[in-house]
Amino acid sequence: MNLTYRSLPVTPQVVQEHGLTADEYQRIRHLLGRTPTFEELGVFSVMWSEHCSYKSSRRLLRQLPTTGGQILQGPGENAGIVEVGDGLAVAFKIESHNHPSFIEPYHGAATGVGGILRDVFTMGARPIASLNSLRFGSLDHPRTPYLVKGVVAGIGGYGNCVGVPTVGGEVYFDPGYNNNILVNAFTLGVVRTDRIFRARAAGVGNPVIYVGSRTGRDGIHGASLLASREFDTRSEALRPAVQVGDPFTEKLLIEACLELMQHDLIVAIQDMGAAGLTSSAVEMAGRGGTGILLHLEAIPTREAGITPYELLLSESQERMLLVAKAGCEEDVRAIFARWDLQAEVVGQVTNDGLFRACWYGEEVVHIPVSALTTEAPVYERPAAPPPDWAAHHRLDLADIPCPSDYGRVLVQLLTAPNLASKEWIYRQYDFLVGSNTVVQPGSDAAIIRLKGTRKGIGLSVDCNSRYCALDPYLGAQIAVAEGARNLAVSGARPLALSDCLNFGNPEKPQVMWQFQQTIAGIRDACLALGLAVVSGNVSFYNETEGRAIPPTPTVAMVGILPDVTRHVTQWFKQAGDIIVLLGETKEELGGSEYLALIHGRVAGSPPTLDLSQEKRLQELCLTAAQEGLLSSAHDVAEGGLAIALAESCISHPDRAIGARVQLPSGLRPDVLFFSESQSRVLVSVPPAALSRLQVLARSASFPLFILGEVGGNELDIGGYCRLPVEMLRREWRTALARRLEAVVVPGES
Amino acid sequence: MKWGVVIFPGSCDDRDALYCLETVLGQQATALWHKDRDLHGVDAILLPGGFSYGDYLRCGALARFSPIMQSVCEFAHAGGPVIGICNGFQILCEAGLLPGALVRNRSLSFICDWVRIKVETSRTPFTAACRVGEILRLPIKHGTGCYVADAETLSTLENNGQIVFRYVNAAGEASETANPNGSLHNIAGVTNARGNVVGLMPHPEHAVESLLGGEDGRKLFRLPFTWL
Repeated sequence: MNLTYRSLPVTPQVVQEHGLTADEYQRIRHLLGRTPTFEELGVFSVMWSEHCSYKSSRRLLRQLPTTGGQILQGPGENAGIVEVGDGLAVAFKIESHNHPSFIEPYHGAATGVGGILRDVFTMGARPIASLNSLRFGSLDHPRTPYLVKGVVAGIGGYGNCVGVPTVGGEVYFDPGYNNNILVNAFTLGVVRTDRIFRARAAGVGNPVIYVGSRTGRDGIHGASLLASREFDTRSEALRPAVQVGDPFTEKLLIEACLELMQHDLIVAIQDMGAAGLTSSAVEMAGRGGTGILLHLEAIPTREAGITPYELLLSESQERMLLVAKAGCEEDVRAIFARWDLQAEVVGQVTNDGLFRACWYGEEVVHIPVSALTTEAPVYERPAAPPPDWAAHHRLDLADIPCPSDYGRVLVQLLTAPNLASKEWIYRQYDFLVGSNTVVQPGSDAAIIRLKGTRKGIGLSVDCNSRYCALDPYLGAQIAVAEGARNLAVSGARPLALSDCLNFGNPEKPQVMWQFQQTIAGIRDACLALGLAVVSGNVSFYNETEGRAIPPTPTVAMVGILPDVTRHVTQWFKQAGDIIVLLGETKEELGGSEYLALIHGRVAGSPPTLDLSQEKRLQELCLTAAQEGLLSSAHDVAEGGLAIALAESCISHPDRAIGARVQLPSGLRPDVLFFSESQSRVLVSVPPAALSRLQVLARSASFPLFILGEVGGNELDIGGYCRLPVEMLRREWRTALARRLEAVVVPGES
Repeated sequence: MKWGVVIFPGSCDDRDALYCLETVLGQQATALWHKDRDLHGVDAILLPGGFSYGDYLRCGALARFSPIMQSVCEFAHAGGPVIGICNGFQILCEAGLLPGALVRNRSLSFICDWVRIKVETSRTPFTAACRVGEILRLPIKHGTGCYVADAETLSTLENNGQIVFRYVNAAGEASETANPNGSLHNIAGVTNARGNVVGLMPHPEHAVESLLGGEDGRKLFRLPFTWL
């Protein structure tokens, strides 16, 4: 016991070590009317960190559309919630765990999964599907294979053990992430609309109960020092700030909390994520307009000698804080005991609007809740485009020679890390547990069914950060449009999205400009497509040694299928089916995979996007899917039409099938092959369904081109190449494994 | 007939097994809690997949000491039909109800995929509805699914017809490339000498609906009356 605990003095150096500016420290003194204690300084530093306070992004985020008919909960809670009928709703959110994953890939990624799962089941929703969006540096960088293996093993190690399927995701490799990878984790859960829980403390005198793992010294200052600062060569030393995950305890917590929520015992619940006990207590009090008093000595600990400061700031995983109804303490304890989890009363709800923490009766924290929430600093940071921005856009196709062997270039692209099959990765995830996975990883969108209904949920996650680097406004629009298109081609009507906005240092005007442009792009695309942002996360300071990552607004899109049996997958199925391209191919090689990989150029403008055209295309796809016209439908994305054709031939889980096509003429052949023009979908239909599809396209005034026919064992692109599909499939499927497994990974046990 | 599905705190496929038995196949099933000893008069027991107690030690090593496993062992010794799927298979081996052991996959990675297995015997309650030589397409999802046993045990298993399933290719051959995890003799499932206890790594309970990819798993849950 540590009754003689003495707090440390607060000196200018201590203030600086907490990542607070001189102005911010003055503001603290002003709000308190005195000098903060050491513990209070710690509390302010995490609550006012960029990660927790959104101080640089909050004003701009207000521009995003966040409401709509079916939206039951927008941003501001642990997860967004959208109603899907039959008395059910889905709760979902995407969140970053970038810096921890770069320092300690296995546990960084694993705890990223754990954190997002807690955000979802906290709302009362049983998690039924996870996705992840990963960005790594070039595969030629010596650290990349180690990071890929660690992150993938961490996501699998955690997700597989808690029994939530990882049904999809995306992975890109780009030298821009060499020293700052991105790990964005998404989870969706299902909840009865009359059983939604929120994190609003209420009821003066109600007990505050701590459940889950004991508190250790891990993850202290994860939010303020790891997530809210740039990296440098000394970052390796921050490894102790990375938390360690325990998926088994998480599984117990999920089951126990969901069981608890069947009964009328609690008024609020929140997970202890970033900034641990402090943020969960403060946020619950803030949302409820109450105060909270904590008795820190009552917190279960892993070891003796943990100080009040450490208890307040620890980010030990698998912990929840809840407010129970007075008198229900024993019932709550009994449910957690059934799952061998500890539940301790550690405080109570008060009506004084204060966040107070005591240590054996002595008050070590006494702060108005509002000082930590509504009165936290909000910055309008200067924004300006980079001076050389216009220069990026200069691209003269006359300087780009056409390939002499299209077959060779096609194989080169198909086996490049960004376009090769991601099977090596998703095979390490349990994508089946839960018995809901209708379309498993490997198609444009994952489809899961909603048990007890005829409905299905479509899920996709997307962002082309090369486009975003060239034009953040257009890139963000494309991220939203493509996410929605991935669902529409799969037969799912897009409902809402969650975004994970990964950027560099917001104190730099160029980064702030990218952020500003991105928000405007997401807003405009959402408005045009009738979508809303219901949850998300901003991750700034993704920089190492002054170099920011490309702006990466990851968009996780959720949609609904009224009849799950009407889903569509991307691969060709039947010889004799007619291959049709919906949409127009334009001379748009700017920012393309072809230009980057074959010609070593990242330049030009990203492809243009006409949002009303896009909307018409998506409606057309949805109607065609609903009417059961489509044998397959595949979004034409990175790599262009030639890659979409090849993928349609070879991405069936079990077999390949050939195709004979003629590309329309009038453009440079490399444009026809590899242009990444938006709003295009490659479909195959039985001959009998073709005329109906033509009628639908005509009435939508949408261009339609008949390209050829499914069949044979070659991909035959008239006049340019004939490639055996079995060879293509083998090369495409094994390319990533060949790159990753050829390397001996240092430090791997 | 009534099934009992054992629920360990870290079971993941317990709810899937119950859903498969009750909702899809219309059979009677009840959950058996790991802290209980009561089997509630069930006629057959299913040990589901998952991570029983976290499996931070050896998969299934702790589960064999749970109260319910005492009752499961007594039930098995009395000839009651018991099937262990994935983690359930690992637990049955740890509990000594089945010979051999499961170790880390040859690749050292978790693998989730659909595979083909060949039925090698119909003389167990769970394969009685199958033809010998029949090929089933089922999913696997495990990191510790490489079946091993000493040479003597293996030859006993081969000679007594205790190998129930083998990983095979589309042509039905137990080839090296058809073996997903390095299991000796391509073994995907085994039975005890009496034939009433079966363990397998693939998940038949995840292959009972065509909407979710296949129905080949259904046959394993069609138990003949002679066993009950």
